[in-house]
Amino acid sequence: MQNQEILRVENLKTYFNTDDGVVKAVDSVSFTLNQGETLGIVGESGCGKSVTNLSVMRLISSPPGKIMGGDVFFHGKSVLSMSEDELRDLRGNKISMIFQDPMSSLNPFLRISTQLVETLCLHQGLSRSEAREKAVQMLRLVGIPTPEKRIDAYPHQFSGGMRQRAMIAMALSCNPEILIADEPTTALDVTIQAQILEIIKDLTVKLNTAVILVTHDLGVVSGMCNNICVMYAGRIVERASTDDMFSNPKHPYTRGLIRSVPRLDKTTKERLYSIPGTPPSLIDIPECCPFHPRCQHAMDVCRMKYPDETDFENGHKACCWLYGDSNRAA
Amino acid sequence: METRIAPHNDILLDVRNLKVHFPIEEGVLLRKVVGYIRAVDGIDFEIRKGETLGLVGESGCGKSTTARAIAQLYEPTAGEIYFQGKDLCKLSKEDLLEARMHMQMIFQDPYASLNPRMTVGDIIAEPLEIYRGRGFLQVTSSDIRKRIEDLLEKVGLSRNFVNRFPHEFSGGQKQRIGIARALALNPKLILADEPVSALDVSIQSQILNLLHDLQEEFALTYLFIAHDLAVIRHISTRVAVMYLGVIVEIAESAELYKDPFHPYTKALLSAVPIPDPQVERARKRIILEGDVPSPDRERHGCYFYDRCSQRMDSCQTNIPRLTQVKPDHRVACFLYFKPS
Repeated sequence: MQNQEILRVENLKTYFNTDDGVVKAVDSVSFTLNQGETLGIVGESGCGKSVTNLSVMRLISSPPGKIMGGDVFFHGKSVLSMSEDELRDLRGNKISMIFQDPMSSLNPFLRISTQLVETLCLHQGLSRSEAREKAVQMLRLVGIPTPEKRIDAYPHQFSGGMRQRAMIAMALSCNPEILIADEPTTALDVTIQAQILEIIKDLTVKLNTAVILVTHDLGVVSGMCNNICVMYAGRIVERASTDDMFSNPKHPYTRGLIRSVPRLDKTTKERLYSIPGTPPSLIDIPECCPFHPRCQHAMDVCRMKYPDETDFENGHKACCWLYGDSNRAA
Repeated sequence: METRIAPHNDILLDVRNLKVHFPIEEGVLLRKVVGYIRAVDGIDFEIRKGETLGLVGESGCGKSTTARAIAQLYEPTAGEIYFQGKDLCKLSKEDLLEARMHMQMIFQDPYASLNPRMTVGDIIAEPLEIYRGRGFLQVTSSDIRKRIEDLLEKVGLSRNFVNRFPHEFSGGQKQRIGIARALALNPKLILADEPVSALDVSIQSQILNLLHDLQEEFALTYLFIAHDLAVIRHISTRVAVMYLGVIVEIAESAELYKDPFHPYTKALLSAVPIPDPQVERARKRIILEGDVPSPDRERHGCYFYDRCSQRMDSCQTNIPRLTQVKPDHRVACFLYFKPS
């Protein structure tokens, strides 16, 4: 049950053509998602986390964006060669998404009920009254008090936390196999964040949904995910199980990231560790390691060529020349 | 971070019973006040020379309003704010201008707090020019020019950036420019309103280190506002926790994180995820029910009553005042003292 693959992304490349040049937002990204797994994708703004997931759903508008290579397989079937009809069945039904800002993903002119019922009628073929019943049930599941009354409210009558709950109810109402949560709690306060994460955790276990959790918050992934991918400048630079990633990070970027976050459970008397410099612009990025200008271990080879993935054990992999003796020769 | 606890007579800023209420108006032609948003509803605290007081709480709890009221950007509804011994609320315009010279702000959004049509040099020079124009500063234009370049260097930017415009810089660099502007007048107190919240993790630690270094070099005192409790713990000497317009707990930083008293502080601390899967699995989370209520009505009991898991009858009808329960540790909760 656990190790059955449902989604495989292979060498995905999504580029955007701009007046200033080609932005390689996602550059050769590969990962797999198994049933019941929660995969975290971590990185700073502009590293391509969101574009990766929008590409998986084929939601990149073209122009300016274009998927230049690679493929996405859902149960072995290529998403990139699906017809519009097949895509409609996939989006919102098999794979659904929740976003950072629930206000901008809910239609402010429509009641919550209309929006929930619409999804259910469209994807599940329920009658309106059945759909409404199911919608109330979903709202109760995500912890909205007196859902039979609140369902007829408009989005602005809900608080931020309640809107995000409504979004989760909507996303999970069709029993999707994959839930993509793109920074679901970034706009929320910590106490509300704790509520929302708890709901996502409980419901996805109950409904056996696999989750891709996109976030910049290392604390959130450490409590939620089985496996983590760290992205930098459009590429996955390191992947590992959550425990391995935090106990034994390999890539200098991952190490720097973990060390530079102040921790609630530790008093740091001295200065924080910080990675010098800023992330590079993704326009016409050269074919070398994009982290080398900020890396304290940078070597000549880092400025010439992008490293291959080095395999450590248990699926722990990193792209760094520090470990690349064998692939340097190749 | 050093924990320099100054002697108590070394108080730089003393806030007493500060209230800031914003009127809610209704009606089209005849505007009528129908109620008040009690953004800050009676808070007391002091900031000692050379320390960093962290002010933490969720959105809408009145953190920013507090900072703005201290800078007299909002007129307080009630209360006194003593800065270097003078009550800012009672000063004349001229005296206030002079007092404010020693008090500067750093804002959250580095994109919105720099005028896009001014050069970096003009932005940093503006406070100097204002005070020179009013006769508070006796400096020449070349002094100012030199000062700008020195400041740029101090905040880790190149002296050659003087003639550039804000859009040419990244978020972290913009925040550095905002910090240089705040330092221009050699202030004693810096009110930093979420200075690192809009920045990425790797940039955030750079700015936190910069603020720490500058504090040592210029003997600065900070009021540091943030919603991120880990950041507050790292930078603060003492921490005040706000909820719904009041301070519910204030203590020395290490003490507050080790041994929180107020049920809200406990819940808040337990809600913060820790970037360590082993620690995270072992933790027990206190999940608060519901949302923060609207601050639009007067309260006759504990402000946290609706969401508290340990509420008692007496909490509904008596307001717990911030009370000392341990040396340098004050809390507003009837679990620790009896209603008077």
